[in-house]
Amino acid sequence: MSIARIAKPTITTSVLVSAFMFGLTPAQADEHYVFEAGHTSLQEWLMPEVPYPDNNKPNAERVDLGKMLFFDPRLSGDGNMSCATCHSPLFGWSDGLPTAKGFKSKVLGRASPTVTNSAYNSLQMWDGRKKSLEDQALGPMLSSAEMNVDLSMAINFLKGNSTYVQAFEKAYPGQGIKDETLAMAIASFERTVISNNSPFDRWIKGDKTAMNKQQVNGFKLFVDPEKGNCAVCHSAPNFSDSGFHNIGLKSWGQENPDMGRYAIKPINLMKGAFKTPTLRDITLTAPYFHDGSAMTLSDVMDHYETGGSVQTNLSPNMKKLTLTQTEKADLVEFMKALTSPQKPFVLPILPENAF
Amino acid sequence: MASKNIAAILSLVISTSVMAETVEVGQKDKKFTQDSLDIKVGDTVKFTNNDAFFHNVFSLSDAEMFDLGSYPKGESRDVTFTTPGEVEVECAIHPEMKMTINVQE
Ligand SMILES: [Cu+2]
Repeated sequence: MSIARIAKPTITTSVLVSAFMFGLTPAQADEHYVFEAGHTSLQEWLMPEVPYPDNNKPNAERVDLGKMLFFDPRLSGDGNMSCATCHSPLFGWSDGLPTAKGFKSKVLGRASPTVTNSAYNSLQMWDGRKKSLEDQALGPMLSSAEMNVDLSMAINFLKGNSTYVQAFEKAYPGQGIKDETLAMAIASFERTVISNNSPFDRWIKGDKTAMNKQQVNGFKLFVDPEKGNCAVCHSAPNFSDSGFHNIGLKSWGQENPDMGRYAIKPINLMKGAFKTPTLRDITLTAPYFHDGSAMTLSDVMDHYETGGSVQTNLSPNMKKLTLTQTEKADLVEFMKALTSPQKPFVLPILPENAF
Repeated sequence: MASKNIAAILSLVISTSVMAETVEVGQKDKKFTQDSLDIKVGDTVKFTNNDAFFHNVFSLSDAEMFDLGSYPKGESRDVTFTTPGEVEVECAIHPEMKMTINVQE
């Protein structure tokens, strides 16, 4: 239906036919939105069920095991870093730093991305080099700049701890303690770190009082290509297109800048491009951007207003914005409505040291 | 002699252009409108962006490497496939956008 197969002489007809077919559908996301709480046109913004791979269906045993592993510093070379060092529930599952600090506090080049809703990412990491949470889980452990652990020693530690032996057997019966089951357990825990009950979500579900007028106006500006133009990349439902864009940050203008996605996909457009992060729970994860260069959401708006301070190889979806101070404030207020209510997080009891 | 050669070349060009087809593949809702496509050597695929934002089209497959850059809604770019084989076509901006083109002799 959407493909026209024709011989060359009739090419003009094909173009006309397809233009007609596509012309009937709404051109832009916001054109069919009705900005009323609970309106059917907005339901694409609700988070679907958490996806998981066929061979790693989450259950309580897997999640509990993964939670212990996620918080266990004994899985690092110096015995003092866990996944939670950089992805802490105290800081919206990030670390509150501009860019991460790794092994021996070495300052790394990129900000720690939040774990929140990473279950929905089609690719993991700022440059998308990992395909799934399972693929990603062991990366920081193995990295000499991060947790810097010899994985066989980490596995031996787990195998020598009777509590872990039992927990692995319950979670992955007969599969043993190995790289794969370690990664699967951590990924299962990460799939429980979900934000889907923000004021925005409640407003989308029909609660008129969940967002105030300013926030509703911020949402309108957010999806309007002539105003905020935000949803072009921060799209429904997880406020990410799972795509890669060079947004023209100052750090891109420095000597030997971080090439981002280009190192993985050597396509010119990917030079300096990074994955669109989710905006859910965004108030908890300052500073912002992959280089941590924006301290506040207002700083973020100031950057986007310029259309990018370095224009070389800029994402074609970036453009200079025309916003009043009030409109910028409304956009920031809207982003504040994307944070789900926070509850104290219950830490796991780690298996005791068995020397 | 020379004009005879030109005539021969011309007739060849005309006959291949009659045989070759142009197939249109759209980019819509962050998807290619076809998951896979069978074409013949010499056929052209016209990639049209039907979304309100920019897409890219590229392939790093041995059979046909290309990078069409990025272009907005309503614009198209053509690729003529000259080597038989399987070609993975992707959008660099949106890695979930993927399709396969089987180029047959
Ligand atoms: Cu695309």
